[in-house]
Amino acid sequence: MTGQRGSDGASALVLEMIDVSRTHGAGATAVHALRGIDLQVRAGELVAVMGPSGSGKSTLLHLAGGLDSPTDGTVLVEARDLAALSARERARLRRRSVGYVFQELNLIPALTAAENVALPLELDGIHAKAARDVALRALDDVTLADIADRYPDDLSGGQQQRVAIARALVGERRLLLADEPTGALDSETGESVLALIRTRCDRGAAGMLVTHEARHAAWADRVVFLRDGAIVDESTPSGGAESLLGLHG
Amino acid sequence: MYGNQLRAEFENRTAATWPLNVGQVYTTLERLIRDGLVVTAGADADGHDLYQLTDAGQQALTRWWDTPLTRESRPRDELTIKLALAVTVPGVDVRAVVQTQRTDTMRALQDYTRLKIAADERIPPDLAWVLVLESMIFQAESEIRWLDHCESRLVHQAKKTRSPSANNEPAKRGRR
Repeated sequence: MTGQRGSDGASALVLEMIDVSRTHGAGATAVHALRGIDLQVRAGELVAVMGPSGSGKSTLLHLAGGLDSPTDGTVLVEARDLAALSARERARLRRRSVGYVFQELNLIPALTAAENVALPLELDGIHAKAARDVALRALDDVTLADIADRYPDDLSGGQQQRVAIARALVGERRLLLADEPTGALDSETGESVLALIRTRCDRGAAGMLVTHEARHAAWADRVVFLRDGAIVDESTPSGGAESLLGLHG
Repeated sequence: MYGNQLRAEFENRTAATWPLNVGQVYTTLERLIRDGLVVTAGADADGHDLYQLTDAGQQALTRWWDTPLTRESRPRDELTIKLALAVTVPGVDVRAVVQTQRTDTMRALQDYTRLKIAADERIPPDLAWVLVLESMIFQAESEIRWLDHCESRLVHQAKKTRSPSANNEPAKRGRR
């Protein structure tokens, strides 16, 4: 609904990676974590990244979020080249434009759910009262309004993960990066987390989801396969699912 | 090859999981001859009729390697047979076969998931339809997991085959 449309009618590019490589070390012992990655994620789009361990999935996510820098190539978030920003500007962009959901939830145990969600806003200089109001709305969005004043330890794994997603997307942030966000959750709770990420993307966020579970990747608009640091294939739904089932007609 | 030899080869390469009777082999050969994919090529010393692929047959085979199997009908677990054969036939890029299939199965999984999301959102939800779709989803997921497993096994195997020659040198500067 809120997906930004460019003048050509296509949704705005939120993340663009151009010929991105990441090498650790040099010479004969160099490890090529990523090689020549070209990837675009638009507003309203969810892209899943799959691949065996060591294929570069997490490195890709770290580069997209400015947590790591490429050895070669360009990463643009909302049309801003991360390499051209000062460390301070980059930190600000990370706070304001990018939301992260990791397998380890990183909720602060001494803060309530609402305080956890409000924290990035307060760090950004928004007054506590205003930040709390926004946080409560964000929690309401993930149907957790009633537990706003509880501490993480008093929440179930699924509730904690939803708090983490609310925090990841509070405010105006439009890029959601999720690394195995369903990690320790049972199958149905994991599914509700995916449904939530899907909904946020349908409402205009751009999402990148790293997962090793095909069933979860299938919630994405596109699934990108990584192998040895390079994209080897990509799949999008055919839109002709009924015929696959042989049940129609 | 002659008919019984074909049968034995197929069973060898698929660990005799899908036994064939020689009658099936000959009916299939006749069909392939009729379709111009196979020709008879004389007989061996013992009088067995020999068969070989035509150019068109070779092309059909290449197409089979290159094309993912659809999910509609898979007699005798064709995918398993296909991979078991792929690892024994020289010149087949097994990882490419795996990847092509994985992409295709992932596409089906994405389609099922979309249908399921839509069915879940219906009021009231269409529970029977959701359960059917979930069954498809878990089957497709399991196929992808198996393909992932095949791939990592291939990589592992390739390393093992490479290592005998490579092993000699690093061993010296190795531990202790």
